[in-house]
Amino acid sequence: MHISEGVLSPAVLIAGALLTAGGVAIGLKKMDYNKIPGVAVLSSTFFVASLIHIPVGPVSSHLILNGLVGILLGWMAFPSILVALFLQALLFQFGGLTTLGVNTLIMSAPAVIAFYLFSYLIKRGNNIITIVAGFLSGAVGVGLAGLFMGLSLLGTGEEFVNIVKLVIAAHIPVMLIEGLITAFCVVFLKRVKPEIVGA
Amino acid sequence: MHLEEFAEGNSFIHKLDPRVKFLTVIPSVFAIAAMKTIAAPIAALIVCLILVILSRLDLKKLIIRLITVNVFIFFLWIFLPFSYPGEAFFQIGNLIATKEGLLHVLSITLKSNAIVLLTIVILGTSEVFSLSHALIHLKLPRKLVLLFFFFYRYITVMHDEYVKMKKAILIRCFKPKSNLHTYKTYAYLIGMLIIRSFERSQRIYNAMLCRGFKNNFPIISHFELKKIDIAFGIAMIIIFFSLIAVFENTFTQVPIWIYQKTLALVGQASRLS
Repeated sequence: MHISEGVLSPAVLIAGALLTAGGVAIGLKKMDYNKIPGVAVLSSTFFVASLIHIPVGPVSSHLILNGLVGILLGWMAFPSILVALFLQALLFQFGGLTTLGVNTLIMSAPAVIAFYLFSYLIKRGNNIITIVAGFLSGAVGVGLAGLFMGLSLLGTGEEFVNIVKLVIAAHIPVMLIEGLITAFCVVFLKRVKPEIVGA
Repeated sequence: MHLEEFAEGNSFIHKLDPRVKFLTVIPSVFAIAAMKTIAAPIAALIVCLILVILSRLDLKKLIIRLITVNVFIFFLWIFLPFSYPGEAFFQIGNLIATKEGLLHVLSITLKSNAIVLLTIVILGTSEVFSLSHALIHLKLPRKLVLLFFFFYRYITVMHDEYVKMKKAILIRCFKPKSNLHTYKTYAYLIGMLIIRSFERSQRIYNAMLCRGFKNNFPIISHFELKKIDIAFGIAMIIIFFSLIAVFENTFTQVPIWIYQKTLALVGQASRLS
């Protein structure tokens, strides 16, 4: 879920935009021209994957996969997620132009954190470590995204406290699903095409 | 997958220079987002509705789009009025909805819809290719614009791949349920998509090198700034910022705020010394 326009205070919007600008700058520095097609096609794949609806009990949830994006792209997750959200702002108005900075930060910062915490374990670990690290990177990616979203709402005003509780509660089942899917996906990638995860 | 739903059309808004579109929309949406009252967003919404009429967009598609956008706002209506401090307006059990809370959500709803309409009318009416061309002119990092362009170009391709694989699993009697088998199947499907995208991107890059790619796309049609572009841009910016000036008096509040803060600081400093 993205925060729509007109909700957050200008201070939060500006802080989010500045932090995102920093992250994108680091990401672009790491992305040489020969890597652009790879990062771009991978971003389109994640965009398509985010359209898949997965049944969770009686309802269904769409995939976010920001943990997996982080594992595969590292700091380049920032530009990758930025272009995806920018397109959504242009074509679907989900999220939006004013919230682009905050929403990119909410999704990409957990991706980079997951990269630093788990990518080494996924690369070098045995099968069980890979599964556990994969699960954690998916779960932590979404969990932190929920947390950052809550923080940006609370930064706007205390009155959002009930919504923040709801947002965080709603993220718990999603964390489980994202964790499972990321774990299976990482194991699959490592077996079929190890160079993608850098193993 | 049809992505550019509103780009086809023949109104003068469709024909505006995409560079001007960005330079107009970005300050305008931030101006709307910064509004605090009810009156200013209503006026902004009216301006946006006039633009919708001028651009002759497909109203049915536009309404469907607005409904999806308002789902998040709907949650705010359920929660926000009850947790906002202020004068009681009505009561359900122990929950008290405040007048201030309701006004606050109303303001958010109006602002959100105004921004969405403005984005659709001005940016949605251009093709993504010309918008990315405009971003190069506006001095965005070249790498970022190239990334955006390739990303957009390959969404439909990857979506076709996904549809193909989805058909393959459906033929094999796959029924999505809440169980481990479903999650595993989806995970492998995504993994396979990632592998295909990886291999495809290598072929794309090699093909680009063969054709002498030098980090840019030569373009035949260049932008031409017309009088109507400049007039439209200036008019929009004046309209949205004057809405703030008329209804919000933020501009008069800022100096007052600075004056009060300075007084407080001076007071503290004098007490310390």
